[in-house]
Amino acid sequence: MTSKRALALSSVFSISLLASPLIADVHPVTNEELADEQVFTYRVGDEFASIDPQLAEDVQGGEFIRDLFEGLMNQDSDGNLVPGVATHFEANADNTVYTFQLRDNAKWSDGKPVTAHDFEYSWKRLADPNTASPYSWFAKEMGLVNVKAVMAGDMDPSELGVKALDDHTLEVRLENSMGHFPLMTTSEPTFPSPKWAIDAHGSDWTKPENIVSNGAYVLTEHVPQERSVRERNPLYWNNQNTILERVEALVISDDNGALTRYLAGELDRTEVPTGQYNALSKEHPDEAVSFPRLCAYYYFINMTENTHPSLLDPRVREALYLTVDRDVITNAILQGGEFPAYTFTPDATANFVSPNNPARDMTQADRDARASALLAEAGFGGDEIELDLLYNTSEAHKKIAIIVSQMWKQKLGITTVLQNMEWKTFLEARSNQEFDIGRAGWCGPYNLASSFLDLMSSTHVYNDAGFSNDEIDELLDDAKTKADPSENFTRIEEVLATEFPIIPIYHYAGVFMMNDKLRNWPVGNVEQKWYSRELYFAAD
Amino acid sequence: MTEFIIRRLLAAIPTLLILIIFSFLLMHSAPGGPFSSDRPLPPEVLANIEAKYHLDDPLPLQIWNYVVGVVTQFDFGPSFQYKDRTVNEIIAQGFPVTLTYGTIAFVVAVVCGCALGITAALNQNSWLDYFAVGISIGAQVLPNFVMAPILVLIFTLWLGWLPGGGWNGGQWQYMVMPVIALSTSFMASIARIMRSSLLEVMHSNFIRTARAKGLSARAILFQHALKPAMLPVISYLGPTFVIMITGSVVIDLYFTTGGIGQAFVNSALNRDYSVMMGITILIGCLTILFNLIVDILYAWIDPKIKL
Repeated sequence: MTSKRALALSSVFSISLLASPLIADVHPVTNEELADEQVFTYRVGDEFASIDPQLAEDVQGGEFIRDLFEGLMNQDSDGNLVPGVATHFEANADNTVYTFQLRDNAKWSDGKPVTAHDFEYSWKRLADPNTASPYSWFAKEMGLVNVKAVMAGDMDPSELGVKALDDHTLEVRLENSMGHFPLMTTSEPTFPSPKWAIDAHGSDWTKPENIVSNGAYVLTEHVPQERSVRERNPLYWNNQNTILERVEALVISDDNGALTRYLAGELDRTEVPTGQYNALSKEHPDEAVSFPRLCAYYYFINMTENTHPSLLDPRVREALYLTVDRDVITNAILQGGEFPAYTFTPDATANFVSPNNPARDMTQADRDARASALLAEAGFGGDEIELDLLYNTSEAHKKIAIIVSQMWKQKLGITTVLQNMEWKTFLEARSNQEFDIGRAGWCGPYNLASSFLDLMSSTHVYNDAGFSNDEIDELLDDAKTKADPSENFTRIEEVLATEFPIIPIYHYAGVFMMNDKLRNWPVGNVEQKWYSRELYFAAD
Repeated sequence: MTEFIIRRLLAAIPTLLILIIFSFLLMHSAPGGPFSSDRPLPPEVLANIEAKYHLDDPLPLQIWNYVVGVVTQFDFGPSFQYKDRTVNEIIAQGFPVTLTYGTIAFVVAVVCGCALGITAALNQNSWLDYFAVGISIGAQVLPNFVMAPILVLIFTLWLGWLPGGGWNGGQWQYMVMPVIALSTSFMASIARIMRSSLLEVMHSNFIRTARAKGLSARAILFQHALKPAMLPVISYLGPTFVIMITGSVVIDLYFTTGGIGQAFVNSALNRDYSVMMGITILIGCLTILFNLIVDILYAWIDPKIKL
């Protein structure tokens, strides 16, 4: 209290002395008055596994890495590309060679300049089998020249298609044309890492006492399983525009426990537990927020020989697809502003044109009637079919599985046996195809329809339920080299709506409680790539 | 006595070996592995990672290397999940936290539990007895996963006195609720054991003799009754102490103290083999140690037992 008063007194004193307003007290763009304390405290459900840009694979780690490090490009609040360490880039005519120009005022937190060599090092490090990164598949996704051979250990990482032409010019060579390549440079595995710190400290280099980073914040404290603190980096090239001084992440695994602590004022942001959004938004209309996310919740159907024979008939799969009443799930169970899904790709995806989907425009009664007709046409009585529905342990997955099985029972007479498994056991059962229908959730790694539809390729590692369609494979291959592949994606969704290998249920919403003084949260960024340096607290 | 202790410590070696082998096999028989994930890794990437952590060696060789590492260098290996930490670091960070609030909770449980039990036994069938038994049953039926949210609701949300979680280097405000939530049900058990054991002793012949000699109630309790009545309590306290300083999973998770219980559960869910093994061995050693201490205390209290 006394220190605040002293501060207030001294600022009054300095105003009268200088006879000019304190510039630091208002936001440079919005002119909004800023709060005295700029500390953002948020909840994470789990401890991050790593904040090494090339090793991290979880969402929590990604949030840290975007604050601590900076890649070639960043995203703005709507997900558009904006300069990061690179000021601009050029591509050759067929989008196979990209040249990035790096700014000359970017520095590491130890004062060294950030150069193109740092990027060359980190990309090679990502693909290098000796790094053994669980995220190295991203290097393959980037399609760098020789990436497959390097990852398999058949070629030296120095042969990878990335090269620093000088300190501020990075040349990237791709095996195939890829128009969306620059988008990938906003993903954390492509961020630079400091070779000298890694050489000096080995895997300990990400500890607060050793870490060297080039982002707007530096890691100052990390108590595993409890909290981590990042603080403003004075050497960051754009430091004068950073407003938040300090960002604290508290590990709280229980949703309801986190909500209680939010309500007690200990947190500025937390997830809303399933089904509580309506009540919270009535009580705290300025704090409960919901916005679209680039994620799909769906059931996928086993189409290998291990499956129930009826599921090999597309009419049966369509009947299952039609009888899931998505409005009941989004409005009665989830209640967080989620979107009923009839296509795999969310409508919020950039440049995605949803196909004409007859099912979407029908009433549920019509869908149910058509489903019964289809089942009869396929020659199956509902009571002859018993399906295993596999899902991993979670209250929300359980509720959805129960209500869907009830819908199938009532409308089609199909019996569903619910199989609840702990996560790793679930993954094992899924990859062994020990199920008829399985639950899945998928968040697109970048904002393009291909980040969803690639999963439908017959060779994708995630497609382990035996679905394969030649037309889709061709459309996906063709899309990779096209300047505007959106037609291909629309067509793929049309094919999916005749084959029904999956049953999309809903598209996610980000549902949060957020301090009503916190400004600039990028609700329009469907990938939820947020950067603390853009956030601030307004004064009361 | 010394010979007894040495013998017990030597017997601990095969016990621990069996524990290690058994846990190792059990762990590897669980479906999935540390690197199975939602987005399955391409086979060549998985092979690289498994080679790095020597998971591609045959199981007996893995166990052998592990035991050699532990015995010769006290090295429990790196965590598979947390890339920049070793098992030693995880235990060194989490165990002091759990040890601190676990020990305080233990002292609270023992002091309050014994006081309640003694009060109840000395005033059998009076209102004090019913009151003490009532409290202890109340505490028993409120398991810590119910206690924890109730405490947070009252002290954090309604009263605003205490932070709802965290540890903050062990400041007392952060310890109050974990200690209360952890100690209550143990306190209740101690109270009930203490009460029934003291009642039995108070009705035995040597106490009747002491009374007949005209000793004061105070002298009878402290000089004659309490010592034998403590025996069942002490045999309960040995394993209880180990549970309290290592296994308070609910407390760790709910109050996010960063303690060892949380690390243990996460390691099981993540199949973080090395962390799981490290904590299992820690708990094994502590259990052996405190059982030994209980045996020594027994010999000291009970003249019938000679070591």
